Amino acid sequence: MKRWIAFWSILEKDLRTYYLKGPNISWGLIFPLAWTSMFFIRSGSGLGAIPEVLPGVVAVSVLFGTTSMLAVAITFEKKNRSFERLLLAPIPLELLMLAKTSGAILFGAVNAFVPVVMASFLVDLGHTNWLVFVPAVAMIAVASTFLGLFIAVAVSEVFEAQTFSNFFRFPMIFLCGLFFPIDRLPVFLQPVSYVLPLTYGADALHGAVRGSHHLPYWLDLGMLALFCVTLFLGSLWNIRKRWIL
Amino acid sequence: MTAHTDNGLAISVRGLSKRFGEVQAVQGMDFDVHSGELFGFLGPNGAGKTTTINMLIGLARPDAGTVEIDGVDCTRDPRAAQDRIGVVPDESNLYAELSGFANLSFCAGLYGMGRAARERRARELLALFDLDKAAHRKFGGYSKGMKRKLTIAAGIIHSPRILFLDEPTTGIDVASARHLRQLIAELNRQGTTVFLTTHYIEEAERLCDRVAFLKDGHIARIDTVANLVQPIRDRHVMHIACGSDLAGMVARLAGLFPDLQFKSPQPNLLRVEADGPVRVGPLVRALEDDGIEVFEARRMQPSLEEVFVQITGIGIDAMRREKEKGGGRQ
Repeated sequence: MKRWIAFWSILEKDLRTYYLKGPNISWGLIFPLAWTSMFFIRSGSGLGAIPEVLPGVVAVSVLFGTTSMLAVAITFEKKNRSFERLLLAPIPLELLMLAKTSGAILFGAVNAFVPVVMASFLVDLGHTNWLVFVPAVAMIAVASTFLGLFIAVAVSEVFEAQTFSNFFRFPMIFLCGLFFPIDRLPVFLQPVSYVLPLTYGADALHGAVRGSHHLPYWLDLGMLALFCVTLFLGSLWNIRKRWIL
Repeated sequence: MTAHTDNGLAISVRGLSKRFGEVQAVQGMDFDVHSGELFGFLGPNGAGKTTTINMLIGLARPDAGTVEIDGVDCTRDPRAAQDRIGVVPDESNLYAELSGFANLSFCAGLYGMGRAARERRARELLALFDLDKAAHRKFGGYSKGMKRKLTIAAGIIHSPRILFLDEPTTGIDVASARHLRQLIAELNRQGTTVFLTTHYIEEAERLCDRVAFLKDGHIARIDTVANLVQPIRDRHVMHIACGSDLAGMVARLAGLFPDLQFKSPQPNLLRVEADGPVRVGPLVRALEDDGIEVFEARRMQPSLEEVFVQITGIGIDAMRREKEKGGGRQ
């Protein structure tokens, strides 16, 4: 029970301090809106194009929603030594880092539904397979958050966290099949797509919204789970090695 | 978690060593801190204080040796004793965006205290540290003294048996420092074991039961303040402040006054030691004959500072200056 009080305290503090801030919330709203509009206008196909771009916009919203604040917040707390306070709390490191990342996961997942709500006013989303869509969003949120965590614990400075986040995020927009299929990429780039977690999330989302997917859902979700475990364990290893000298 | 063994020891360190690359930061350190003791851990920058503390609190892994905190072997499981210790770092590391009350409440939550208990404890500590009027102001807007007070309050939010205090009064005003010293002494009277690191030797002398002096990663001396000061209690020490550099004068004065010992710890300062009272007149005349203006001659009381300088060979002022420049986190 004591551990869960600690978990909740960290989560609640992070939500208040970082995620439920005006600029961050408005970023969560404006970003999907801008992406939706951009692809909608670019497609030139009218409202019918929305289901095609929606999975990509959802995935991008989650990716940016989760990684933007987390990577910076953790690096910042490490830099000003407030993270030491957490490391000194009598809770296992695994639980501490889960608490530290839960705010980002929740924020990313909520971000995902902003474009969905927007789209629901414009097109009929009645054919969407929510039983796939919701777990896919959740898994993308966890995997993206842990990617942000992995970056945050691998660097020392806030600007490095921002730079490295973008180093991963922007290529993923084009390499993971969000807005156009992977088989339209140059052949030499296609294998790269399959080592990026968002590829599997985007495939599941396309399947859930449009019924068009290349891999079985179990494989998409399984690969996302594998990325989650690998990135989380890698981050813990890095914290133990680099932060507890 | 290993059960608490009541052997009267709050901290027991044996053969503790730590190396960073080519630097042997801590070398085979052994010491005990008794339950209820106020223990001072003093040394110049780079002596290994912070590295040792980090190993004691679980923020660094020893290369060799053992650490027992309140009977719990922390070497194998550094997190095992963390609910028994409170840590106040040398920099205030609370959350600038949160109020004083929210910061304390959050810290209490980290130790698993329920909402009612943590809010009660936060209010109690805010009152104890005279911060109740600023309870709902953001921590970022606090003065330095208020920040130190709240950081110490956060360190004791869970009523730890052992409190690690790193430079609690550095950089704060005199009144706040005095108040903090009173609070530290009161905490210790109430039974908290205090492990204190400070650059203010007089602070350690006033507060501590026992003191360890560190030099080059090992403990050079460890004893009660009274025992440390005893050998110099009967020495007569005088500081003479002059108007110009005393380089070259020390050897000349030693020749003129063979019963006295001379040093020049700072360019314009002459330190004179003797087994009996020092006659100032002839000394001043000798200096003035050499064209050196004498401003002040002051009898120094035997103090822990004297012992520190003897053991470490480092002037307190130099150590403080280095600290204020931001050095010394080893």
